[in-house]
Amino acid sequence: MAEQDQDTPAAAPAQKMNKLGLSLLNYRGGKSTLCAGCGHDAISAAITQAYFELGMNPRQVAKLSGIGCSSKTPAYFLGEAFGFNSVHGRMPSVATGANLANRALNLIGVSGDGDTASIGLGQFCHLVRRNARMVYIVENNGVYGLTKGQFSATADRGSVQKKGERNTYEAIDVCALAIELGCDFVARSFSGDRKQLIPMLQAAIMHSGTAVIDVISPCVTFNDHEGSTKSYDYTKAHDWILHEIGFVPGADNIEVEFDPGTTRDVKMHDGSHLTLKKLATDYDPSVRLNALSVLQQGKADGKIVTGVLYVNPNSESFADSLKMVDEPLAHLAEKDLRPAKSCLDQVMDELR
Amino acid sequence: MGVIVNDFNIMVGTVNGSGSQSANLVLMRSIFNMGVPIAGKNIFPSNIAGLPTWFNIRASEHGYMCRRAGTEILVAMNPATAADDVAQMAPGTLVLLNDTIGLLKERTDLRLLKVPFTKLVAEISPEMKLRKLLVNMIYVGIVAQYLGIESDAIDLAIDKQFSGKKKAADLNKAAVRVGQRWATENPIENLGYRIERREKTKGKIIIDGNAAGALGAVFGGLQVLAWYPITPSSSVCESAIAYLERFRHDKNGKATYAVVQCEDELASAGVVIGAGWAGARSMTATAGPGISLMAEFVGLSYYTEIPAVIWDVQRVGPSTGLPTRTAQGDVAFTYNLSHGDTAHIVLLPATVRDCYDFGAEALDLAEEFQTPVFVLSDLDLGMNNWMSDPFPYHDKPLRRGKVLSKEKLDQIKEFARYRDVDGDGIPYRTLPGTDHAKAAYFTRGSGHNDKAEYSEKPHDYKAIVDRLKKKHETARSRVPQPVVVTEPGASIGIIAYGTTHHAIVEGRDLLKKSGIKTDYMQIRALPLCEDVLRFIENHERVYVVEQNRDGQMHELIRSYGRALTDDKLRSVRHYDGTPIDAKSCVDGILAGEKVEVN
Repeated sequence: MAEQDQDTPAAAPAQKMNKLGLSLLNYRGGKSTLCAGCGHDAISAAITQAYFELGMNPRQVAKLSGIGCSSKTPAYFLGEAFGFNSVHGRMPSVATGANLANRALNLIGVSGDGDTASIGLGQFCHLVRRNARMVYIVENNGVYGLTKGQFSATADRGSVQKKGERNTYEAIDVCALAIELGCDFVARSFSGDRKQLIPMLQAAIMHSGTAVIDVISPCVTFNDHEGSTKSYDYTKAHDWILHEIGFVPGADNIEVEFDPGTTRDVKMHDGSHLTLKKLATDYDPSVRLNALSVLQQGKADGKIVTGVLYVNPNSESFADSLKMVDEPLAHLAEKDLRPAKSCLDQVMDELR
Repeated sequence: MGVIVNDFNIMVGTVNGSGSQSANLVLMRSIFNMGVPIAGKNIFPSNIAGLPTWFNIRASEHGYMCRRAGTEILVAMNPATAADDVAQMAPGTLVLLNDTIGLLKERTDLRLLKVPFTKLVAEISPEMKLRKLLVNMIYVGIVAQYLGIESDAIDLAIDKQFSGKKKAADLNKAAVRVGQRWATENPIENLGYRIERREKTKGKIIIDGNAAGALGAVFGGLQVLAWYPITPSSSVCESAIAYLERFRHDKNGKATYAVVQCEDELASAGVVIGAGWAGARSMTATAGPGISLMAEFVGLSYYTEIPAVIWDVQRVGPSTGLPTRTAQGDVAFTYNLSHGDTAHIVLLPATVRDCYDFGAEALDLAEEFQTPVFVLSDLDLGMNNWMSDPFPYHDKPLRRGKVLSKEKLDQIKEFARYRDVDGDGIPYRTLPGTDHAKAAYFTRGSGHNDKAEYSEKPHDYKAIVDRLKKKHETARSRVPQPVVVTEPGASIGIIAYGTTHHAIVEGRDLLKKSGIKTDYMQIRALPLCEDVLRFIENHERVYVVEQNRDGQMHELIRSYGRALTDDKLRSVRHYDGTPIDAKSCVDGILAGEKVEVN
């Protein structure tokens, strides 16, 4: 069951500390300027909670976004992290550059459905192909909020706009696309299901490559009416939850045992565990074809499939595939950056 | 008829993809090895194989490097263009024509030699595939023999061209010998052209501008290179990759750099900006169409003050234009690239040495000024071979700009990302990941105040863009400054930049012969500095010579100092896709001076 609690974000007691001795306050950002009840604020709260629970130093995180309502949100979480609100649809390339300059940064990108599936479709695809290490969240509401409610490319065919217009175009499923393009961590969630979203985010944060999470995040102002397939009511009523997700961080990992009869255990790259408790069916997220199949099944049945669709914890990150030094490039000293005079002399001799 | 020594053009017309490039480079290098200055220009189509291509070698006793109209020796190997090529030759031109090519109209005013290339090459190799390549080396032998180029000079050039491939080198030498023998058996009386040994190329190197720029960047600490292939800039990145792979690994063999071949130029710009933001020295290289695509990202880089280096190896626009021809048509566009009020630092290399120097200088300026920096090369400079003194090793510390480390943050009371602390318009920045409570800030392309907070307040917006303007003013005296060469008693000034420089060097000598003395200012960067206005003030008339239709630099100078320049400034333009020659420049100035042009 999805649970909707976007009105009570981060309700943990303020005195609770994580392993770094930081409280939830250290992970909060600025005050949101989005509409009251916006799904995006619930996602920001989930991100805040996910990093807090992981005990990750917020100063080691960099938040990136494109343009749109979704892309404003990095200002609303992790105030101690650097942020970059870039240009429309092109955050993936900026994130790629940041990843190469400093591979120690923990990157989280927040995009929207227009920013990813319309103007940014190309950059999204190529980010996934490169597999730069980052969490890439699509806050998906099927409409352009900032320009007042036009359909985006993820709006379902037949979904009805607030003014009554019906969408006649086929929707782009960013999860199916990511799986097709070889992404090693693909998941879908619902902004109203914080219990599912938080551990999902934590696993994504620990993933060694690009982790794509598409979060259905209703737009209360322009797409929450009857006839919309991205409203709170519709999403709750049609949510097909694949499994119950849990996350056990690597450091706290003292002989955790999971009953293989009821739970699937995915050991992540850093030693932490993503646990997937079986529900009605036993879904195996280690098979790419299963993901495509269940997404097609959901589409045929009018269901929104949520959960970890595909995960390969041994993903080779972009920085590794480039055989880069372990130390961030940005931290290298001048002597590592400028070859010796003898190297230049050698080149000059060859050109004579 | 007297003999012209070391001062003529050799033009070779071939089909591209036929392997003639190696032969042409060997011929050019042979003359270079004789100690005679050369300039090689490849005139090629936007095509991989099968279309006409020409290679022009200019030998110049004076070391003039620009294109020179006219051909003294033509090698016509391409059946598709031979008739046209021959028809364009002036009377008396020596023409070596492949004897399998029939000409509709025979010209009796040329010295036309039909060479049995097919028969000659058959002696060297039984393999058809090899013959196709070796046939080109036969004309090298013939031309060399007629001009008096020594065998040692040719062999040296072949060894260089086929370095490490002895078998190929030997075969090519054999082909040259066949050509030499044929020329000996078919002597020309009173040819009128000779190469004589000189000492003018000793110690010099030959390199193209793209490789030189890449070399400069790699030795200038380039860390992230993002690119999308486009003519004529691809070899900037390909050369950089080759140098990076050779020289930039740590003791464990791991790369101290990253290269991304992106999906398009937008992504290249994005990667460069993302990397620049996170503290790496980053660049990309492209041509006009890529610059058009990058406009939005360049505005972001300017407004959010993130270092980025963008090489634009200019080709002929607009649109696809002439992708394999040269121009200086992107000057005005790049200077103000993006919507809103912007102005960028633009470096204008004229020589391969400039390309090398600016390869590093651009990275320094980008980090110092926290802004996009363009390097505007062009196809002529980037893809052709230029002679140069060897490049010096730069060992001054890299200029990384105003970056606040964790320790420095401890020492200051407050950090405001966009505050003008030093009065030069350049703020301080911190790098993502800096573990300090004061370090983090939010970078946004939307309106912000000096603390990088979102703001739509009128005074906040104005304060930021006014400071950006101030920063640009600071740059005027810190970018590479103009170089001025004077002639006693000159009242006429010439301003030029980029590859036009080479036409001016020769053009000034020609003008002097016509009785016109000139001073010359070579502009090396934008923004312009006050010296430009002083130069105009000190001359009766000033000609701005450049390779675009609209006189873009002329207009930039006019808008920089309108009152001063209105009566004095004249524009001379060359824009047909060919590199500017001295004559075009001289004719333009003579016309302005009302001197009759022959």
